[in-house]
Amino acid sequence: MENFLEEVNKKINGVPIQRCYHCRKCTAGCPVASHMEYNPNKVVKMIQNGQRDKILNSSTIWLCLSCETCITRCPNQIDIARMMDVLRQMAIESGVGAREANILKFHEAFLASIKRGGRINEMMMTVDYKLKSGDLFSDVLMAPGMFLKGKLALLPPRTKDLKSVKNIFEKTKSI
Amino acid sequence: MKVSYYPGCSLHATGKEYDQSMKAVSHALGIELKEVDDWSCCGASAAHNTNFDLSIALSARNLVAAEKNAMDVMVPCAACYNRFKTAEHNLKADKELKAKIEGVIGAKYQGSIAIRNPIDIIYNEIGIDALAVKVVKPLAGLKPVSYYGCLLLRPPEVCEFENYENPFMMDKILGSIGADVKNWSYKTDCCGGSMSISKTAIVIDMCDKLMGAAKEAGANCLVTACPMCMANLDMRPSSAMKMPVFYFSELMSLALGLDGSKETFKTHIFDPQPLLRQLQLI
Repeated sequence: MENFLEEVNKKINGVPIQRCYHCRKCTAGCPVASHMEYNPNKVVKMIQNGQRDKILNSSTIWLCLSCETCITRCPNQIDIARMMDVLRQMAIESGVGAREANILKFHEAFLASIKRGGRINEMMMTVDYKLKSGDLFSDVLMAPGMFLKGKLALLPPRTKDLKSVKNIFEKTKSI
Repeated sequence: MKVSYYPGCSLHATGKEYDQSMKAVSHALGIELKEVDDWSCCGASAAHNTNFDLSIALSARNLVAAEKNAMDVMVPCAACYNRFKTAEHNLKADKELKAKIEGVIGAKYQGSIAIRNPIDIIYNEIGIDALAVKVVKPLAGLKPVSYYGCLLLRPPEVCEFENYENPFMMDKILGSIGADVKNWSYKTDCCGGSMSISKTAIVIDMCDKLMGAAKEAGANCLVTACPMCMANLDMRPSSAMKMPVFYFSELMSLALGLDGSKETFKTHIFDPQPLLRQLQLI
């Protein structure tokens, strides 16, 4: 059976993460490192140590913004941003879920909106997210203004061949 | 020149100022746009965060649709641009993945067209000298900082954007329309856009840091090419830190004296009109 490190490397499908020599450039450039319980380079070490549960249960993997500064600056071309994607996907697939629950709920509301119309209906997507997250009241005062300015449409045009979009979700077994 | 045009979801909603001004500017510069037929969402952050194959397939569906026009595709939204370039990169590098994704979308991906952002097209195809000649209202008194953000630039081997750690194309474009562009060190720092709704407190700090740095550089506005950055920076900074944020194409439209160029300023969350009036630009 593959260990955690092998599993992660296979899914990254690029440079093996054990090439990391902990220069900490990824962490130095990360805009949210100060909010993470484990810095990006520490996550690399923890994967090598096989600390699967700790990592998949961490908020770190969900706080990563995918700004890709880490991969841009890594002297060993380790794709840390892709590594974070892989870890999030492993957390979802293994049923661990997301420590930062609202971030995943936002993604779910977003994908549900694509499934419904082929394109994002920002108004409906936001309502859906608010119901899923229970965060009902933040930003509500902003909505009427945006609606009046024509920034939130009730019925924006949809993709006509919606079936082709729905098929993609089915065939990739997406949430 | 003629190109395909992929607006993406944001440009039909919160980013409509970008769509309107980009179309006006393209027309004025002789760039003919043909919208990609029956396009769908690129998948954005939500897809790549949760399912790799889904993220590639949603973008690939649109790339295949764009290939039918047999012209390069202009993608103004930095987020869509990044997802398309990522899909292209992976589909060209990995034959197995390409076969799998073609099965998912039920169509062949040729990889025959270039995915281009409008900054690159304007700078490299039109050129700033040709642009400067068309200016009827130089933006005197406007002191922008150019903010490129993440998604146009990174990862560099995927995005292929010139000078990714210290980009200059948008600075040069704004300079050629008469703005006094300020230099600063935060051109490529992340604004936190993807967590604007789900992790607002962190994002407010990130926006405040950028606005503070822009003010320190002597800027009176910030200019972007990304609807996520726009929505985020227009909405999230704390009130003392706010300043006008523009799409580069809105300022081009204003400087070129195009019809409707003043309309898009009315729909910003933080009203940029007082600044523009004060500078007698509107």
